[in-house]
Amino acid sequence: MHLVTYLHFLHATEETLSAGYRTVSDGHFADGDVHWTTARFARQCTAHARALTPVLDRCAPAEEPAPERLHAQGVTSARNGPAGLLRDLQDLYQLTNLVDITWTLIRQAASAARDRDLIHLTQQYGEETTAQLDWLRMRMKAAAPQTLIVAT
Amino acid sequence: MSSERVVDIWGPRTPFTSGTSWPRRVDQYLADGVTEADVEEWVRGACLLCSNGCGLEVAVKDGQMVGVRGRAEDRVNHGRLGPKGLYGWQGQQHDRLTTPLIREGGRLVETDWETAMAAVVERSRSLLETKGPLSHAFYTSGQLMVEEYYTLCVIGKAGIGTPHMDGNTRLCTATAASAFQESFGSDGQPGSYTDVDSCDALFLFGHNVAETQSVLWTRMLDRLDAADPPRLVCVDPRRTKVAERATVHLPVRNGTNLALMNALVHELIARGWVNEDYVRAHTVGFDALDRLTRDATPEWAAEICGVPARDIRAAAEIFGTGERVVSTCSMGFYQSHQATAASCQVNNLHLLRGMLGRPGAGILQMNGQPSAENNREAGCGPALPGFRNWDNPDHVRELADLWNVDPLVIPHWSAPTDANAILRFAEQGSIGFLWIAGTNPAVSQTDLARTRRILSGDQCFVVVSDGYRTETTELADVVLPAALWAEKTGTFTNVDRTVHLQEKAVEPPGQARGDQAIWTDYARRMGFADKDGHPLPAWDTPEQAFEAWKAASAGRPCDYSGLTYRKLHDVGGVQWPCTRDAPDGTERLFTDGVFNTADERCETYGHHLATGAPVGETAYRARRVDGRAILKTAAYDHPYEVPDETYPLRLTTGRTVYHWHTRTKTKRSRQLNEAAPAMWVEVSQPDAQRLGIAEGDVVRVTSRRGSIEAPARISHVREGVVFAPWHYGDPETAANELTLNGWDPVSKQPELKVAAVSVTRIRPGDGPAPAPTTTASAPVRPFADTGRE
Ligand code: SF4
Repeated sequence: MHLVTYLHFLHATEETLSAGYRTVSDGHFADGDVHWTTARFARQCTAHARALTPVLDRCAPAEEPAPERLHAQGVTSARNGPAGLLRDLQDLYQLTNLVDITWTLIRQAASAARDRDLIHLTQQYGEETTAQLDWLRMRMKAAAPQTLIVAT
Repeated sequence: MSSERVVDIWGPRTPFTSGTSWPRRVDQYLADGVTEADVEEWVRGACLLCSNGCGLEVAVKDGQMVGVRGRAEDRVNHGRLGPKGLYGWQGQQHDRLTTPLIREGGRLVETDWETAMAAVVERSRSLLETKGPLSHAFYTSGQLMVEEYYTLCVIGKAGIGTPHMDGNTRLCTATAASAFQESFGSDGQPGSYTDVDSCDALFLFGHNVAETQSVLWTRMLDRLDAADPPRLVCVDPRRTKVAERATVHLPVRNGTNLALMNALVHELIARGWVNEDYVRAHTVGFDALDRLTRDATPEWAAEICGVPARDIRAAAEIFGTGERVVSTCSMGFYQSHQATAASCQVNNLHLLRGMLGRPGAGILQMNGQPSAENNREAGCGPALPGFRNWDNPDHVRELADLWNVDPLVIPHWSAPTDANAILRFAEQGSIGFLWIAGTNPAVSQTDLARTRRILSGDQCFVVVSDGYRTETTELADVVLPAALWAEKTGTFTNVDRTVHLQEKAVEPPGQARGDQAIWTDYARRMGFADKDGHPLPAWDTPEQAFEAWKAASAGRPCDYSGLTYRKLHDVGGVQWPCTRDAPDGTERLFTDGVFNTADERCETYGHHLATGAPVGETAYRARRVDGRAILKTAAYDHPYEVPDETYPLRLTTGRTVYHWHTRTKTKRSRQLNEAAPAMWVEVSQPDAQRLGIAEGDVVRVTSRRGSIEAPARISHVREGVVFAPWHYGDPETAANELTLNGWDPVSKQPELKVAAVSVTRIRPGDGPAPAPTTTASAPVRPFADTGRE
C-alpha cells in the first residue's frame, strides 16, 4: 500500500507550497492583494502540513518504495515585473493543483479505508486548497489582459 | 448666528415618539451682514458635504451665494442642516482654480482651455494608437452628479473601451455595494431613513454618525430623547457621542469586527432568535452559516475583540428580542481586511430575524460621500451601469444596444478595475493616461509616499480636474478648473436612495467648467462615435444626460424612469426606484421578501468572502437561489498587520464633524477651519501615562511606511489604539503616510483601520492639541487639570 507514502508526499508538498507562497508574497510586495493573500495562503499550507503530522505519527513506516521523482519542485525565487508575476502565479497554480488533487486522492483512499477522521481532514483542508485555486485563477485572469497586451 | 452651530453641533432637540413624524426645524445661515430681505433668489438643491443629502435652498444675491437654509418639506432632513451644510459652502468662494494649468519645465503654469485640451487629446490619441484602450484610466469621485458619471461611463466604456474606471468610492462605500450584492443579488439600500422613526432598537456598526452624518444623528437623538427611546448598541473602539448614548457600547479592538459579528450570529442561532419561516422561505445558506459560526461563542470573540462576553450577549439579546431593529454600518466595518464578510453579517442578522422590508426594520449600509451611490449605479465604479452584471452577456448586450456599439467594445472579461489596481498599473506605466476628477488621492490613498511617486513620475500622464489646487493637482501634467456644487445643474442620490436635483445658483469662477462639459469636449475632440458614426455620448446638456441615464436605469433595481427635473424641483428628494407604477418613489426594497438574486437579474454571481474568488455562473445557477437572499460569511482572520514589539499600537484613521475629505472646501470656511484647524492624534490615558505624554505634547507616530508628527490629544480612545484624522494632507502630518497597501478581497476597499505603529514623545506642545472638544476627540480631563490654557 502506498497511502503512507502519499500522506508524506502531501505533507511535503504542502510545506513546499507554503514556502512558494511566502516567496511570492515577499517578492511581490507592491501588488498588495498578492502580497497579503499569498502570505495568508502560506499560513494555511503550514497549518495543513501541521494537521497531517499526528496522522503520520500514527502510521507505520511506508512498506513499499516510493515512486521515482515523487516530489515536486518548489517556487524558490520570485520573478520581476508584471509578466514575472503572472508566471509566478502560474507556478503556484500548478503546485496548488497538485496539492488539491492529492487531497482528493487521499480522500478517496480514506473512504475506501473507512477512516472517518481522515475523511473529515481531507474535506476541511481540501476546501481551503480549492479556494486557493479559485483565487489564483481569478487573479491571473484579471492580470492577463493588462500584462499580455500593454505591460512592458 | 455666525458660528453657533460649531459648538451646538446637532442644534436644539425636537423629540418624537415611535411611529410619529420627525418634527420640522428649519436651520438657516446667512453670511455676516446679509438679511433675508437682501436675498434675491432661493435656489433649490441639497447639501453635497456628506452622504445624507439634506434638502436645502441656496440664497443668492448679486450673483453670489450668500447663505443656505434647510427645506422643511424634504424627507431627509425636515429642514435641518449640520455645521458642514451651514458653513461649508463658503469654502467655494476662496482660492478657486480659475484657469487651466499645464506643466512646463517641471512647473505648472497657467494656460488656456485650447492649449490644455490639445495636450490632453494629443497624449490620449497617441496612446490609444500605440497601446490601445487599456492604457487609459479614469479615477473619479463620490461628489459628482449622476449626469457627469453616466457621461464619463459612456466615454470610457463605449468610446474608449477601457475597464479601468473607478471612483474614490472604492475608499468609502465599495463594501456597502459588495455586501448588498453578496446578500441580496444587487446593490441598493433596502431600508429608509424613516425606519429610524419607528424602530425600537438601533445598531450602529463602525458608524460614528454623530460626526459623519450629523443630521441623521439629530434624527436618532430626537428618538433617544423621546418617552420611548430605542435601545442603542454601538460598535466603535472610540467613545464617540453615539457610544455615550448607547445601551451597550462594544469598543472592539479595531480589526476584529468579523469575530464579533460571527459571535452575534452564533448567539441568535444558539438562543433561538431566528424567524424560521422567513429563513426557510426567503434565504439560502443557513446550514453553512450555522456551521461557520458554531464555534464563535461570545467567550471566543471576547478574547479576540477585547470586550466582555456578557456585553456581546447583551447586544445579541437586544437584537434577538427587538420588534423593529435598524442597523447602520459604515467605515469602521468597510475600511477593513474582512470588510465584506463583516458587513454581510449585518445583513445576515436582519435576514435571520426577518427584520427588513417593513417600517422600523431596516438596514442602512452607509455611503460616505454625497454621490457615492451614483458612481456605483452609473457605471464609473465597480459595476456596469444600472447594476448590470459584467458576467451576463444579456446585460452587456442591453448596454451595447443602448449605446449602439459592438458588445465586444464594452469591457466585460472581468470585473471593472479597482482603484488599487489602477494605481499599480500606473506605477508600472501600463496605464499611461490617468484622468483624476474631483478627488485628492495624494491625501486620501493609503501609503502616500508611494502614491506621490506614482502620480509624479514620467511613466504616466496625469490629468486632474478640480475646483482647487490640491496636493494632487501639484503632481499633474494638466490641471483643469472645474465648476463645483451649485455652479452647475445635476442630480445626486443619498444613502437611502433619495434623489435630489441641485439647480445651478451661480456662475463658476473664471474659466471653470462643469465636469460633464469638460468630458464632452474631450469626447468631441477625440471623435468618439457609435457604430453608425454618431457622436458618443449622444448628448450635451445635463438634462439630456439625465434622460439618457433614465433609459439606462429603466427596468433595473435603480430605476429612475419616473423622475424628471420638474418633479425633483417641486417635491425635493424622491427615492428610487421611481417608475410609472411608483411615481412617488419607493420607500423600502424587498418588502415581499423577494430579492434581486434571480440568475437573469442579479448583478453578480457572488464571491467567496474569505478570498474574493468568484462563485461562477455555473455554480450559482446550480444553487437555484431564485429570488432568495444569500446567507454567507467567512471565518475570522487577524488583520494584515498586528502589533509587535517594534510597532506595539494599533492605528485607526477617521473623521471629525467639521471637515469633509481632504478639507479642500471646509478648510476655506472660517467657522469649520477654526473648529479643527490642524492635525492631531489621539492616545488613551493609560498609553499616554506609559509613554510619558501629556495633553498637547508633540508625538511621532511611526509605521513600516513612514512617520508623522502631531500634537497628542489624550482622549477616550481604547487602550492600545491610536486615532488619527485623515483630513490633513501635509506629508509631515497626513495619517495615510502610515497606512498600508492592502484591501478587502471582495470589495477591494483599502484597509484604513489597522496599521501597527509606535508612538514616541518628541517635545512639549504649546497648549492643548488643536482637536475639537465637542466630539469623540474630547479630552479625558478638562484642560484646567492639565495646567495648560
Ligand atoms: S448632514 Fe451631511 S448633507 Fe446634511 S447638512 Fe450635514 S454635511 Fe450636509
